[in-house]
Amino acid sequence: MRYLLRRIGFLLFTGWAALSINFIVPHLMPGNPAQVMLAKFQGRLSPQALAALTEAFGLNTDKSLFVQYLEYWKRIFSGDLGVSLTYYPSKVTAVLAQSVPWTLGLVGSATVIAFTVGTLLGIFSAWRRGSLLADGLVPAALFFNSIPYFWLSLMVLYLFAYSLGRFPLAGGYDIYSTATGLAKLPSIIHHAVLPLSTIVITALGGWLLTMRNNMISVCSDDYVAFAYAKGLPDREIKYRYAARNAVLPSLTGFSMSLGFVIGGSLLTEVVFSYPGIGYILYQAVTSLDYPLMQAIFLFISLAVLVANFFTDLVYALLDPRVKDEGD
Amino acid sequence: MGKARRILRNKKALTGAAILVFLTLVAVFAPVIAPYGPNETRFLPGQPPSREHLLGTTSLGQDIFSQVVWGTRLTLVVGLVTGSLCAAISTTIGLVAGYFGGWVDEILSLITNVFLVLPGLPLMIIIAAYITVQSVVPIIIVISITGWAWGARVLRSQMMTLKNRDYVKAAVIAGESPLRIIFCEIFPNMLGLIVANFFGAALYAVLSEAGLEFLGLGNVNAVTWGTILYWAQNNQAILMGQWQWMVVPGVLIAVLGMSFALLNFAVDEMTNPRLRR
Repeated sequence: MRYLLRRIGFLLFTGWAALSINFIVPHLMPGNPAQVMLAKFQGRLSPQALAALTEAFGLNTDKSLFVQYLEYWKRIFSGDLGVSLTYYPSKVTAVLAQSVPWTLGLVGSATVIAFTVGTLLGIFSAWRRGSLLADGLVPAALFFNSIPYFWLSLMVLYLFAYSLGRFPLAGGYDIYSTATGLAKLPSIIHHAVLPLSTIVITALGGWLLTMRNNMISVCSDDYVAFAYAKGLPDREIKYRYAARNAVLPSLTGFSMSLGFVIGGSLLTEVVFSYPGIGYILYQAVTSLDYPLMQAIFLFISLAVLVANFFTDLVYALLDPRVKDEGD
Repeated sequence: MGKARRILRNKKALTGAAILVFLTLVAVFAPVIAPYGPNETRFLPGQPPSREHLLGTTSLGQDIFSQVVWGTRLTLVVGLVTGSLCAAISTTIGLVAGYFGGWVDEILSLITNVFLVLPGLPLMIIIAAYITVQSVVPIIIVISITGWAWGARVLRSQMMTLKNRDYVKAAVIAGESPLRIIFCEIFPNMLGLIVANFFGAALYAVLSEAGLEFLGLGNVNAVTWGTILYWAQNNQAILMGQWQWMVVPGVLIAVLGMSFALLNFAVDEMTNPRLRR
């Protein structure tokens, strides 16, 4: 119970910190970005929208920063994040709602696949240590871990989509098709193959290395030696004794990596013009759409924090020791 | 002597170090190696590789090979400086939190955990988008701020096991000041982990730098491998048949990243007795 309360407390605190960073960053920057933005949109937006922007970014007001901060919180709790400038006059929340499912689907499945395959390969690489294939996996993993996500995406895109024409060049589904509902699924999968594979390939190596090192550490523990002494079959020792304990640190890594994976997938989405949050964030950044940028950062951080919270709870179920240690 | 021999015997460390030394030499001798200046635009634009232009020319008529050679400088500097900054922050916070424990640890760990779970790249993109200064310094600062937390966490837990060793207790009884104990007594014993942490941070820095610059959020006028990729992509290098413009800087980023990753892994392997064999 104490553990749960601590986790909830941490969730609330990090949530507060993320939202405050989101508020304070534009105010800290030199040269007032909001003014640049206003100048850019002058004459292209209705006077009401301009007034709303001025309000949202605290321009031309004599309100103190603190009052603006309180009003920022009020807007968040009322779910009013403003109007997007690139997708004017859509509400920022509407733009988000359209792109979020794409990212969740892509990143979610890529993470699960990378984690499973990477961990299994890690178990193999540790268990068969000394053999050519198992040891060769390590430099291979290190290499794939060091490739820039976006660059691999570009190469894959040009090779398989542009030169060979096997896969679509951009988008999340066939926009000319009239299929609806489940009938759209084949087209969606076809469009997801390339971005998904690049994320899996670049993320896999990290899981492999973590699992391999944990597994090697665990294998020199006394209880594993005891299991051998008892004459248990290899397979049972491998999975039920060693791997079961070795996977625990990987699971903590899992919750920590969500932020990294989402970050990397942002660039992948940009390259593949995949209609998720990453692509939208890129558009918002290039067109100085600050309300949309703020909302996207807000959403990504909250999503990562909540996912992190649940991984912590699952972890406590799997390894009850963490509950006693406090943190 | 023993340490040097161990490094030489470890193939991963050797490969990583060799790559790093080679790229450093390229960076230092860039004026000698590169046939032209990185921003000379006097050549015919869009040429394929030839004897005069080993990697062809850009759409603006710059020699790509010279750009890649000169770009090694800034790419390496940003990677190493950012890696050092990250390592310095995480070492200080990790060691202090782990040594003192109590409320100091509570506060520092809370800060570390917050930075750990906040998504780094989106935060970098947001901050970089607001920055209007045209220089590489903002990129270094932004990556350092978002990249130190993991190392701090690892070093903190290592500190917690080390501080109960006898030699630390002896130093406490001898009346040494806490800061002296942390940085003169314990620090040398954690050097392996700190060095591994530095290489890990440098890898993170190189990849983040490339990503930000590719999005056009760095200083697009500076010549680094990341900005070369940015210009290649913006001029549709591959659609124009200029594969080498895109492939070479990308491979080099991966190779530099790999050298940091190899060194990180090898140092970890050498200092962690359980991974040694």
